[in-house]
Amino acid sequence: MGQTINGVLRRHGLILAFLVFLGGVAFNAPSFLTPGNILDVLRQVSITGVMALGVTFVVLTGRLDLSVGSLLTLLTVIVVDQHNFAGPFPAIVMTLLAGLAVGAVNGLLVGFIGLNALIVTLAMLSFLQGLVLFYSGGANVNVANAQETWFAVFGRGDFLGIPVPVILFLVAAIIAGLVLQFTSFGRRVYGVGGNETASIFSGIDARWTVFWTYVVSGFTTGLAAIIMGSRVMGAQNTIGQGYELTVLAGVILGGTSLLGGSGSIWRTVIGISMLGFIQNGLLLLGFPYYVQWLVTWAVIIIAVWIDLGAKRGRIFA
Amino acid sequence: MDDVILKVEGITKTFPGVKALDDVSFDIRRGEVHALVGENGAGKSTLMKALAGLHKPDQGQIIYQGAPTEVTGPLDARQKGILLIHQELSLSPELSVAENIYLGAWPTNRFGVLKKRELRRNASAALQALGCGFGPDVRVGTLSVAMQQMVEIARAEAFRANVVIFDEPTASLTDTEKEQLFHTIRGLKARGVGIVYISHKMDEIFDITDRITVLRDGKVQGTVETAATDLNQVTRMMIGRTLDAYFVKAKAEFGEEVLRVDGLSKQGLFRDVSFSVREGEVLGLYGLVGAGRSEVVETVFGVRKADGGKITWKGGEIDLPTPRQSIDMGMALVPESRKEQGLVLMMGGRENTSLPHLRLFSELSIMNRSRELATFEKYRSALSIKTTGPDQAVSQLSGGNQQKFVLAKWLCADPKLIILDEPTRGIDVGSKSAIHELIADLAEQGLAVIVISSEMPEVLGVSHRVLTMSEGAIVAEFEGDDMTEENLIDAVSHHRGEAAA
Amino acid sequence: MSSVTDRRTGSPLHNLLNLLLRNHIWVFLALTVVVFSLASPYFLTINNVGNILTQGAFIGILAIGMTMVMIDGEIDLSVGAILALASALAIGLQDHMGVWPAVFLGLMSGAALGFVNGTLVALSGMHSFIVTLGGLIGIRGLVFVYSGENALMVQDFSYTEIPEIYLGPISLTAILFFVLALFFQWVLSSTRHGRETYAVGDNIEAAHDAGINVKRHKIINFTICGTLAAICGILLSMRLGTAEPNAGKIWELWTIIAVVLGGTRLQGGFGSMWMTIGGVLTLAVLRNGLRLLNTPNYVELMVMGGVLVLALALDKLLNHKEDR
Repeated sequence: MGQTINGVLRRHGLILAFLVFLGGVAFNAPSFLTPGNILDVLRQVSITGVMALGVTFVVLTGRLDLSVGSLLTLLTVIVVDQHNFAGPFPAIVMTLLAGLAVGAVNGLLVGFIGLNALIVTLAMLSFLQGLVLFYSGGANVNVANAQETWFAVFGRGDFLGIPVPVILFLVAAIIAGLVLQFTSFGRRVYGVGGNETASIFSGIDARWTVFWTYVVSGFTTGLAAIIMGSRVMGAQNTIGQGYELTVLAGVILGGTSLLGGSGSIWRTVIGISMLGFIQNGLLLLGFPYYVQWLVTWAVIIIAVWIDLGAKRGRIFA
Repeated sequence: MDDVILKVEGITKTFPGVKALDDVSFDIRRGEVHALVGENGAGKSTLMKALAGLHKPDQGQIIYQGAPTEVTGPLDARQKGILLIHQELSLSPELSVAENIYLGAWPTNRFGVLKKRELRRNASAALQALGCGFGPDVRVGTLSVAMQQMVEIARAEAFRANVVIFDEPTASLTDTEKEQLFHTIRGLKARGVGIVYISHKMDEIFDITDRITVLRDGKVQGTVETAATDLNQVTRMMIGRTLDAYFVKAKAEFGEEVLRVDGLSKQGLFRDVSFSVREGEVLGLYGLVGAGRSEVVETVFGVRKADGGKITWKGGEIDLPTPRQSIDMGMALVPESRKEQGLVLMMGGRENTSLPHLRLFSELSIMNRSRELATFEKYRSALSIKTTGPDQAVSQLSGGNQQKFVLAKWLCADPKLIILDEPTRGIDVGSKSAIHELIADLAEQGLAVIVISSEMPEVLGVSHRVLTMSEGAIVAEFEGDDMTEENLIDAVSHHRGEAAA
Repeated sequence: MSSVTDRRTGSPLHNLLNLLLRNHIWVFLALTVVVFSLASPYFLTINNVGNILTQGAFIGILAIGMTMVMIDGEIDLSVGAILALASALAIGLQDHMGVWPAVFLGLMSGAALGFVNGTLVALSGMHSFIVTLGGLIGIRGLVFVYSGENALMVQDFSYTEIPEIYLGPISLTAILFFVLALFFQWVLSSTRHGRETYAVGDNIEAAHDAGINVKRHKIINFTICGTLAAICGILLSMRLGTAEPNAGKIWELWTIIAVVLGGTRLQGGFGSMWMTIGGVLTLAVLRNGLRLLNTPNYVELMVMGGVLVLALALDKLLNHKEDR
């Protein structure tokens, strides 16, 4: 019996701790667990959440994508600017295509040429920052007719009382989850991440698999940029700065391994939502916003350590 | 008996499920080269690791220089004068020769600053004693493998080792380099060092050693004077059972030719390899570790790219296949390393089984889980695989059950040709004979089968025809009554002798 | 022993080629210098060279610590945040306790955080990428907790004059960078700790088997990295006279870029301060030169990205020829 409790604590200790945290905040700030606030939190996490879905694909193959933050900036600038220039629909199409293209370049360099993913996506981060400045000329862009465009629906709309970005996030998460769990592509992603050599011996072309995960990551960042552009109705040159780290933190917090092969979409959804609720809860308790970073630090270390310790069977390496 | 430098008394070591060493005793004398031989999995490496302090034995003791000694780790072993030279060298390529010789034991002042002059002087002395042609300041990464090995051996001089254990030292050496190594070993021997020599290569063992201890299934089968024995006796001690008794051979009814390979070559790995295999035929590919067997079949399968040669599949020529094409044509490769090449260890049996045939298990890319489950269940019972369920990670299974999943993953798509590379390595006896029976079954169902093994009885027991490989070339082919141990050993060692001469 | 061929005793030309192959960044640096001096008459003036060195020195000091950690096969993403904390403490505390104690505490904060990073990596077995990614987020939080959202201003302006010592055109900051780089090159090449760094980075198990205390070793290197980040932060606070809570943001990325550009490998076991100095200077020359040519700053960012991928591809290419 004692052992079962121990096992439960080990396996779900983090979620239990999180529930305790939720309870504690709710006790002190009654507005915390109201439907309105929960929807607010979800609305806030929807952008990082959508990005994290694609990044999860990349991380599952044992690789990284640090370029998503800069890509978000670029794509938000594009969607807002093109909205003024070409109208909402072409803007959306162009944004998604640009996202796919950047993902394809990352995928080419990492998957086919075999360069180190960390450095390649870091270089892409720098390159895209330059591209943003080149595109915008350093100026902020704003949607001219923010009050009347139907484009507002992605970031600001409601459907049956649920914010549209939340619906988009959840639908995208379900699709991504289904793809990973139930399609042959998903199986290849887990295969390549779990054991690349064995996958190659099984006739899987690891290069293409890796390539496509980066394309997925570019696409989900495009989706996030549409939500972002619609919500802000404008874009600064730094709008996505640091998002790559928040997204990665959410993925890691969910328990997806950076070594690849283990993790899932629902874990990412939980990880990224936990970050959102921690942030919101601390604000409701009256802490300044930056305290959440300290808590995030502690939570990441503890979560990954517990996960690792449980797999290893002992706490210390 | 005071020339015995190290004595092992009744060492037993059990791993979960296997008794790796069972009451093992043997001794090493000063100035002697003592061979340790046995088939894969006989317990050689476990014994060696026990001597170097990497494994703690459950029972028994090591008597070193006349006193019971406990070796707590490689560092401790080195300080005591017992040196292990691994097949994979433990050198840091960025450090100099001198720094590698004294790895982790550099002379320093009390602020941790290296005494470079002292280091170089000591290292030079060690290198000179061995007659090495390179100095102490060279970066190890720029040396050839043979020279790197010399650096490790120089540790024996530097630490005044009394016992040096060589594990397959010639695996990646050319014949001239091998002669130099033997020269060095004789030098160590002349200075009174006791040497343990582990190798699969019988010609070397008869060339360099004084005594031979044979291990089988974790037990010592006996120790003999090298001069007073011959290859046959040693081989029989290693194998320990008469042939044919445990093996079922498929009926020799052959159909059409399935695969033909002509003049396949790959720079540095193998050259001009030609063979063919027919439906219903079991073709054995025998050779020692490092002969290039795995490389040949991996090239045929498409994991490696050939430099030249022709592959013909069912009469049609194919060029540079990819694994995907090979699988789709009906080829299957059960690779040499189960854990590295065969399975995704964190996946369950169900997902591992369908991994090479995702298209067969899906419609419009959507996986058909019930078909996967049905296949899983079919092979679980057909091969009697012990697993708690379709999603139990295969990392939790025993070696034998893991290997059965590797077989399941290749059999489930009805291949025309199945290549088995060391199919029974490191698995228990029960699973072994099950796999041997399966090979016969498959051939009788009309599959073409290629079996690679370094276990001679296995090759002889299951095959209709045997090719022997040595140093990247096929050196002989045996059929029918010619398929005897003596012939195989002859073919492999004779060829080596010729090449060396 | 006649057939033991020793590839070391090649011709001098061969040796030189080998050296350049290992330090190809210096060839690239020379090329960029030539190109920019042809393109702009101001580039190779004494003043500008001094500028380049000072500008490069900040990332350079971070890069020294990063090189130590990377040869170990680890990474430290938290250096930018540590830099900000040290800078904030050095300025914020000096009103209470005087300049030098404040600077000392700033340094200690870097050492302590580096120690924490190293200890977490060593004890938990987590990859340093995760540990220091957490640190990057959390330590920035610490900075904000300490200084709030506003920049701290120095009260006593003599503080900003401390680094205003020049040796010809070379500032104290630049001198400090070179002295530290040379010191740590000496550590790498001539001390037990330095040699351990290569051994651990190349093959951690062999290092452990050889009796190297791998955990303690890694903790030391992370502590060095944190301390150097703090030194960088303090120099920055002296130069600016203020400590911004967002100081050093994404500098960790620039630092990694400089080190990788130099040729030190992320997988560990390979690298040197010579390479890092080359990488740091190349980065500084590129940034400075592009600005001199009045290229818009987006070109700089795009060139950096391109150069980095190129450096990686080049290393992959040369890497296959060299050694194993």
